[in-house]
Amino acid sequence: MSGFRATSGGRFDRARRVSFTFDGVAYLGHPGDTLASALMANGVSLVGRSFKYHRPRGVLAAGAEEPNALVTVDRGPGRITPNCRATEVELFEGLVARSQNRFPSLGFDLGAINSMLKPLFPAGFYYKTFMGPAINGKAKFWNRLFEPLIRRAAGLGAAPTEPDPDAYASLFAHCEVLVVGSGEAGLRAALSASENPAVRVILCEMDHDFGGWLLADPTGARFRDEAIATLRTRPNVRLLSRTQCFGLFLQGFVGLVERVTDHLADPAIDAPRERLWQVRAGRIVIATGAIERPLVFPDNDRPGVMLSSAAHILQGRYGVLPGRAIVVATATDAAYRTAFALADGGARIEAILDRRDHAGERVRAEAEARGIRVETGLTLLGTTGKKHVTGVSYAPMQNQDLRGPSQVIACDTLLVSGGFTPTLHLLSQARGSLRWDEPLSAFVPDKVPENINIAGLASGDFPPELRGAALGLLPGNDDKSALAFVDFQNDVTARDIRLATREGFRSIEHVKRYTTTGMATDQGKTSNINALSIAAESLSQSLPKTGHTTFRMPYVPVTFGTLAGAYRAELFDPIRRTPMHDLAEKRGAVFEDIGLWKRAHAFPRAGESVKAAVQRETRTVREHVGIFDASTLGKIEVTGRDAAAFLDRIYANPVANLAPGRCRYALMLNEAGFLIEDGIVARLSDQRFHITTTTGGVGKVLHLLEDYRQTEFIDLDCFLAPVTEHWAVIAVQGPKAREVIAPLIEGINVAADAMPHMTIREGRLTGVPCRLMRASFTGERGFEVNVPADFGFFAMEALLARAEGLGGGLYGLEAMHILRAEKGYIIIGQETDGTVTPHDLGLGWAMGKAPRDFIGKRGLARPDLLAKGRKQLVGLLPDDPAVVLEEGAQIILQHEPSTGIAAQGHVTSAYFSPNLGRGFALAMLKDGRNRMGEVVTIPMPGERVLARIVSPVFLDPEGRALHG
Amino acid sequence: MLLIPCPYCGFPRPEIEFRHAGEAHLMRPEEPASDEAYAAFLYERENPKGIAAERWRHVHGCGRYFNALRDTVSDRILAVYKPGEVRPEVAS
Repeated sequence: MSGFRATSGGRFDRARRVSFTFDGVAYLGHPGDTLASALMANGVSLVGRSFKYHRPRGVLAAGAEEPNALVTVDRGPGRITPNCRATEVELFEGLVARSQNRFPSLGFDLGAINSMLKPLFPAGFYYKTFMGPAINGKAKFWNRLFEPLIRRAAGLGAAPTEPDPDAYASLFAHCEVLVVGSGEAGLRAALSASENPAVRVILCEMDHDFGGWLLADPTGARFRDEAIATLRTRPNVRLLSRTQCFGLFLQGFVGLVERVTDHLADPAIDAPRERLWQVRAGRIVIATGAIERPLVFPDNDRPGVMLSSAAHILQGRYGVLPGRAIVVATATDAAYRTAFALADGGARIEAILDRRDHAGERVRAEAEARGIRVETGLTLLGTTGKKHVTGVSYAPMQNQDLRGPSQVIACDTLLVSGGFTPTLHLLSQARGSLRWDEPLSAFVPDKVPENINIAGLASGDFPPELRGAALGLLPGNDDKSALAFVDFQNDVTARDIRLATREGFRSIEHVKRYTTTGMATDQGKTSNINALSIAAESLSQSLPKTGHTTFRMPYVPVTFGTLAGAYRAELFDPIRRTPMHDLAEKRGAVFEDIGLWKRAHAFPRAGESVKAAVQRETRTVREHVGIFDASTLGKIEVTGRDAAAFLDRIYANPVANLAPGRCRYALMLNEAGFLIEDGIVARLSDQRFHITTTTGGVGKVLHLLEDYRQTEFIDLDCFLAPVTEHWAVIAVQGPKAREVIAPLIEGINVAADAMPHMTIREGRLTGVPCRLMRASFTGERGFEVNVPADFGFFAMEALLARAEGLGGGLYGLEAMHILRAEKGYIIIGQETDGTVTPHDLGLGWAMGKAPRDFIGKRGLARPDLLAKGRKQLVGLLPDDPAVVLEEGAQIILQHEPSTGIAAQGHVTSAYFSPNLGRGFALAMLKDGRNRMGEVVTIPMPGERVLARIVSPVFLDPEGRALHG
Repeated sequence: MLLIPCPYCGFPRPEIEFRHAGEAHLMRPEEPASDEAYAAFLYERENPKGIAAERWRHVHGCGRYFNALRDTVSDRILAVYKPGEVRPEVAS
């Protein structure tokens, strides 16, 4: 308990009060407060427990760089946000916030025992200590025991488990100049850029108010207020507060996230929680300022230890003093200014402890005039206290040696200033580079992309009072058991970084990952330079040679909701339904996701299992007739004078000689000669083709065909139109297929001799225009009825009624798969995997005998594709007819294999066939066609199955059922 | 995100309107071609550090394929041109 609200000062609404709770305790604050300022005004200094050791922690910083004061804000079910920086959470009436990483309570945390076990938690501890014995090559103790335990004990806040009920908006914006940061430099940049009314300017500011440092500085307030007033009058200026610039991308593309409602007690019901701005900016001004670094010395993390600049902001903006008895430890003159401001606000400055031998003339004189005790040329050796700092010990230094005994000053607050780091994450993201400035002891901009300007402190243009630095572990602190924290958020100490370099980690990127310094939500904003400095020192190399880690976006965490925007659920993963979907649903279909499509897997009847339904449907097609929704098939219409010549070059099959009214099963190869697609090419007329593709392949095929049409076969005159969704397709398959369609069809003679297998006709079905194809993917007599999509439902209803009258019925995708496999018909992506040729599948006949050129012809002639011993399509019959092999199972030739035997092939499709009365499979097997009749072994879970190699055509090898 | 002008539709446009379509100016070797030459045509690509000639399709626009020169270091599109046109000379 030490902070309090001064009777004057600050820019907040002193007249009004808001109530909030922290860990269930009610407090009062003011509009304009942050959670951090309000807690400190209430004397609350213990706000969190540290990541690894569960050390008590207080507020260290004043903004996005805060590593300690991470809280969970609870806005109701599904609206729990963990890891909010209390320094950024705006106070509102009814705010509910909780501390994190403590059990059972913040004040009494059992996890703090980790602090006593600290020898067990060195850098990389989770790699070395807990692995335990491996069982069967698996680190079971780690995976099941240690990792879950450590994750529970060491961690940040917990994510909510409910779906996020909030809405997130997204919009695009364009501007000539985007200014990031509204401190003095940012305001000046926006003012000057927007003088020309033709220049659109966006000024974005993470904070809820514009002005940056000016908000804490009474002498800067007037400029700030006037600048904002001027910018507001300019219609070409857009001012965005609560808006973080989280990423700079190529060519002026910028990601901003605006917090719209999180700060409101009662947000409008239709307001988005956050808004993603995707901005394309002609020029970007980075005016992101600088962040102060803490000093690294033992026990530098107790509540009550705070960055000097943070205390200055706390006092200047919120009228809150962090304590009454303050010691300032510094390597800069800026901290003297903080001391003076706090003294003016009513605190007692016990001492200023200056790491340097000499402070700046002006601040030294003022300190003297104010009667403030100043000690110079010293080092800090530690702090006293438990849940709050009670004193600081220091000793005078000469060069690197202690010059005298250590002394202790009692205090309730220790402010530290180890120097300032320009905030250049965005420059780094935009592929700019940094260089180490030795006099400034900071990384400053080096190569800056031409569309970017760096303004103000971010440019490294520091006023003299901000110069000065105390890098790394302060001298005189070699006690190995002391915890001198570098990265507060990850509990990384100076000792951890030294240990990492001793263990051989030399690259700073490796040191970072091994120790976790600079990781997690704050990304090392306050810690990186100190970590670098310690690593460089212990590697005995210069800091610029050690380099710095890569700055990753986002600058501060961005919610998934913002990035996803409206694209959730069906807008993210849309569902495609065929025109007959409702009919299938009404008939009890069990659906299967195929790409985005919902396809009927099977139609189980009441009391019937899905498996039994599949078997029944498969039998029905062979014995009577089946009706199948094939609408998802890809369809492309190819027209034009040279349509035939074009397709003749595309397909491995000859197409030019296809007569109008005829269809052909056709294969598409890639340039390398591998099979990539199959389908039916139907010639409607001399210059019009209707081609089909696989369900998933149509987009790829259209893209490929357009490529050849536009860039290669430019001598040919033809056009491509995607018509997949234009036509609903109903397959009518089985011995009674003609009986089903005949009475419904008008204008087409469907007699066997008038419309043989692989023909297409145009006519009407129950009065609706139709393209009727005689084709079969079942091996039975079959028709594929194409009607305009709007009529699909009614056409299918009519066909189904006929079929049911003849003992037939619906069949689903799984029955279709069995039916085609019984006939050895392949499915692209099941039998093929991009390394399979038509010859491998026994489809060499499709390419015809006449010499002609087509895509993939030259590729097919490459030696590897002609070599003996390639995998070929075969059928497999397991010795035990009840066995259904696993798809993807490996095939070996030996019956008693020794370990290390190479697989000779794999199972591609396997089912139980009611028509064969047994399990059967298709497989790709090396030299398979020469191995007919041999018995192979298929290792399966828990057993080895023997199977005989047979022809992949299991039924009706002559194809009699197709015809007639 | 890249800005890409379409040689048919004009204006620099966001990358999401386009689809990348591989290296440009790949020439199928004259037949009879050796297996090595054909394998090179199939599988060997330049992947330069500097200016790369590549194909793009304005897939959510005019649907046309075109060629572009992109500096793979700065990721700037330096020139776009239609298929069949000569690759322009540009400095990176």
